[in-house]
Amino acid sequence: MTTLNLAWRLLTRDLRSGELGVLIVALVVAVGSVSSVGFFADRVRQSLQRESGQMLGADLLLISDHPWKPELSALAQANGLVTATTVTFPSMVQARGAAQLAELKAVSANYPLRGTLRTAPALNTPDTPRAGVPAPGTVWLDERMMSALGVASGDTLTVGDASLKVAAVLTLEPDRGVSLFSLAPRLMMNQQDLPATHLIQDGSRVTYRLLVAGAEPALATLRTALRSKLERGQRIEDIRNARPEIRNALDRAEHYLGLVSLLAVLIAASAIALSARRFSQRHVASCAVLRCLGSSQAMLTRIFGLEFLMVGLASAVAGCLLGYAAQFALASWLGSLVATSLPQPSLLPAVQGAAAGMLLLLGFALPPVLRLRKVPALNVIRREWPLAEPASLAGYAFGLAFLASLLIWQAGDLRLGLIVTAGFTAAIALCAGLSNVAIAVMARSFRGSTVMWRYAIANLRRRRASSVMQVCALALGLMALLLLGITRGELTASWLNAAPADAPNRFVINIQPTQREPIEALFKDQGLPAPGIFPMIRGRLVELNGHPVSHADFRDERAKRLVDREFNLSWARDLPGGNQVVAGAWWNPSSAAPAWSVEEGIAKTLDIHVGDSLTYEIAGERVTAPVGNLRKLDWDSMRVNFFVIAAPGLLERQPASYITSFHLPEAKVAFANLLINRFPNLTLIDVSVILRQVRDVMEQMARAIQFVFLFSLAAGLLVLYAAIGASQDERRFEAAVMRTMGASRRQVFAAGLSEFCLIGLLAGLFAATGAAAVGVVLSDLVFHITYVPGWETWAWGIAGGLLCGMAGGWAGALVVVRSAPILVLRESA
Amino acid sequence: MNEKPEQAATAAIRVENLSKQVTSGDKPLTILHEIGFAVMPGEAVAIVGVSGSGKSTLLGLLAGLDLPSTGKVWLDGIDLFALDEDARAALRARMLGFVFQSFHLLPSFNALENVMLPLELGGDRNARERALTMLDRVGLASRVGHYPKHLSGGEQQRVALARAFVTSPRLLMADEPTGNLDTATGAAVIDLMFELNRERGTTLVLVTHDEAIARRCDKRLRLVAGRLDSSSPMPA
Repeated sequence: MTTLNLAWRLLTRDLRSGELGVLIVALVVAVGSVSSVGFFADRVRQSLQRESGQMLGADLLLISDHPWKPELSALAQANGLVTATTVTFPSMVQARGAAQLAELKAVSANYPLRGTLRTAPALNTPDTPRAGVPAPGTVWLDERMMSALGVASGDTLTVGDASLKVAAVLTLEPDRGVSLFSLAPRLMMNQQDLPATHLIQDGSRVTYRLLVAGAEPALATLRTALRSKLERGQRIEDIRNARPEIRNALDRAEHYLGLVSLLAVLIAASAIALSARRFSQRHVASCAVLRCLGSSQAMLTRIFGLEFLMVGLASAVAGCLLGYAAQFALASWLGSLVATSLPQPSLLPAVQGAAAGMLLLLGFALPPVLRLRKVPALNVIRREWPLAEPASLAGYAFGLAFLASLLIWQAGDLRLGLIVTAGFTAAIALCAGLSNVAIAVMARSFRGSTVMWRYAIANLRRRRASSVMQVCALALGLMALLLLGITRGELTASWLNAAPADAPNRFVINIQPTQREPIEALFKDQGLPAPGIFPMIRGRLVELNGHPVSHADFRDERAKRLVDREFNLSWARDLPGGNQVVAGAWWNPSSAAPAWSVEEGIAKTLDIHVGDSLTYEIAGERVTAPVGNLRKLDWDSMRVNFFVIAAPGLLERQPASYITSFHLPEAKVAFANLLINRFPNLTLIDVSVILRQVRDVMEQMARAIQFVFLFSLAAGLLVLYAAIGASQDERRFEAAVMRTMGASRRQVFAAGLSEFCLIGLLAGLFAATGAAAVGVVLSDLVFHITYVPGWETWAWGIAGGLLCGMAGGWAGALVVVRSAPILVLRESA
Repeated sequence: MNEKPEQAATAAIRVENLSKQVTSGDKPLTILHEIGFAVMPGEAVAIVGVSGSGKSTLLGLLAGLDLPSTGKVWLDGIDLFALDEDARAALRARMLGFVFQSFHLLPSFNALENVMLPLELGGDRNARERALTMLDRVGLASRVGHYPKHLSGGEQQRVALARAFVTSPRLLMADEPTGNLDTATGAAVIDLMFELNRERGTTLVLVTHDEAIARRCDKRLRLVAGRLDSSSPMPA
């Protein structure tokens, strides 16, 4: 008989007898967890690659916060390239007396250069590809905008000073890409209508895009030529670095989801190790017989190696199928991140998932199983081979090293990977330590209680390593779910409630200097308190202590961004409310020397200190002054806040627009329409709409992560099953002894179940405490709020733990009850 | 159905027409064949026979640990197999003590807890004191806190004897109690067992293949291929 034949027979026998069940399910869960995230990320990555040209709407995209010089278009066209331009900015749009904030996009005639727009004649009608752009005098609105304003094709809108007619529903805009955090719905108009709106004024936040398409050599020439011509606030995107924000978001999502998916792998590893150990214990006798009949060690290695290879391959295929099914759920929650449709995934994630599964098997199942080859033939006569002793950690060195490298690889960064590895190790060590202590404490305090509880605790104590492992595995899985299920909700609620009830809930920007007084008067007329109206000037930091500032000077990502973009500057006589000077002193309101006041966080990021000299470029003019003081801000107050404020006399001559925030009570929402009707150029931002968006996005992310964590909980349950399996023979026998001593079935069942209840209870307790602790740390470091975990965390944690413990223990306890007491005689016969 | 033969009222154990068949492969295999005997209160009976003759199966049936194919067993006049599984367990708790070849102490429990177990299962409030007294009686007062794995084979079997006698059972069933012990230790354990048996007037059923031990009993039943050998000597 060939080795393969023997391995196959052994496999079918072991499958039938259920020896491999837990091991296979654990492998399937691990592979499924890894490949679900892999499949999803792969689909998004492919879609980004395939459609990056469309996602730009061009082959080359030039983005700027001020208008592109006409020479650039001319240069491109001279090289045989075609160009188009878009201008985007937020503005209010009115129809039928209602006002709505919109993301305006004014496009030139041949937009888009790549990809196609799609429109529909009315809401909820089929859309078709649409050549061309809105005709002058007309606009296209996206579905959100249509329903927000309650308009239909043919209706007229007021956009600034212009009246435009709705011509179609815009259903697809290839270069829109991210729907995440988009401030407002879309209004697309013809660029020819832009001047008539009078919306672009000093201080407006406008993005100018120059789209270029054509042959690659000409593009390369243009790219080179542009390199020296780019000004600050201008950048180039092409299909190679298209949509860095999506790529970054995807990369980060993939890393984090990947790490989340590895939790299941870590827990599954212990389930695999446990069940492989039981497997080997159960095969000692047959191995001894095989040895007796002349099998060499090498042959036994080949037989078991082949058997587990077959197990691994089959589980990997099943795991990949599970992962493939699971990624649909992920795509439905996170797919909206990318507006384009997702292609079918490639085979690569399946290969990666399968490889992870095989390595898991190699690292955690084969060490105990391969020890079987050392079973002495003499064991057929005298059972004395010491397989009962647990395999040492060293035996799993390869597996543990593999897990650590998996974590580092998935983190995509050595430092983060090491932190996560250390974090996991610390969490497991802490949980294990606490479980040990808890078991010892329980053993002491239960000394006088009924025999069933004492029996349960005595068992926990005797099988301490296994008990601790079960508690840890279950606690990790539960904690992950609690963190996202309960703690996240409570944290968000605390965060939302942190703002006082009368905190400003509307922002108004684009107020022109001449409109300040009429607006204040309107507030007074309507019985609303006078709003604080602050000047806002756009300026870019160009010099620090006389040295030019470039983003290359900074390593910190935030610092780079801050240096590249325009700041909103303001000036003030008095220290604004909610601000607190932390270094230097506020200026004397009546006789202030030129000075800047800088927010302490940004000062730290850019390494700015009191006394440093800052130069801002404002509308082509340079303004230099020393830093007079640093301020601390209360960002959660929802008030208008500025990073940099100038002393009186420094900026008054610069072109400014004004900004305000105010609290609009529920009963007076009509005031918003009144304000916009009277001053159509104003942009009114409803904070609650933005908060709702933030919350929706967070919900989506959380749901996806939670879903991936379900794999961890499944793996945790498997550890419980594996541990029950590993001790089942012992349990059955002990139950038989108790039955012989006259224990009733109920007593035996209760004894079995109470052990698992204790495991579940401990796991739930630790999971809840862990989730609450993480919540408290997060609230302090990230949200800057005081978060007191509610009792719900513990209630859910303990309930979940007990449920899992009982679900696992029930099966174990049932087997035990069914075991006939006659066993005790057969064993001794 | 619970009709009692006259003698059953006085016998500690009465067995009638007891058979046990199992199916091995497709063929039925008879392990015990129409066994019948009676054991009087206080009597010590040895069941002897070669390996595979059905000794342990018979003991299992006498204790209600297994069900017969046909036949009846009365313990103290109670029809064992008319009871359900839990009622039989309750009967064991009330009447029976067990000693096994492999001791079968619960490894999670120390010596004291093992001896307390049958008392606690029966709801005895003085379990601790009674168990301590019993352990003292078997000479293990200084080892009460030790776990089975820290006790020698002889000590483990003495704990098992303490556990068997602590409930003051009317019947003691012993299955090869010296099978896992060396000769000297085995002899000491057997001496202790007979001593306790005499002290308490317990009825003893002992399965053994050691003729010397069997000879110390009042009566011997020899099993040959599942049948009682009628030629077995029955000394008075």
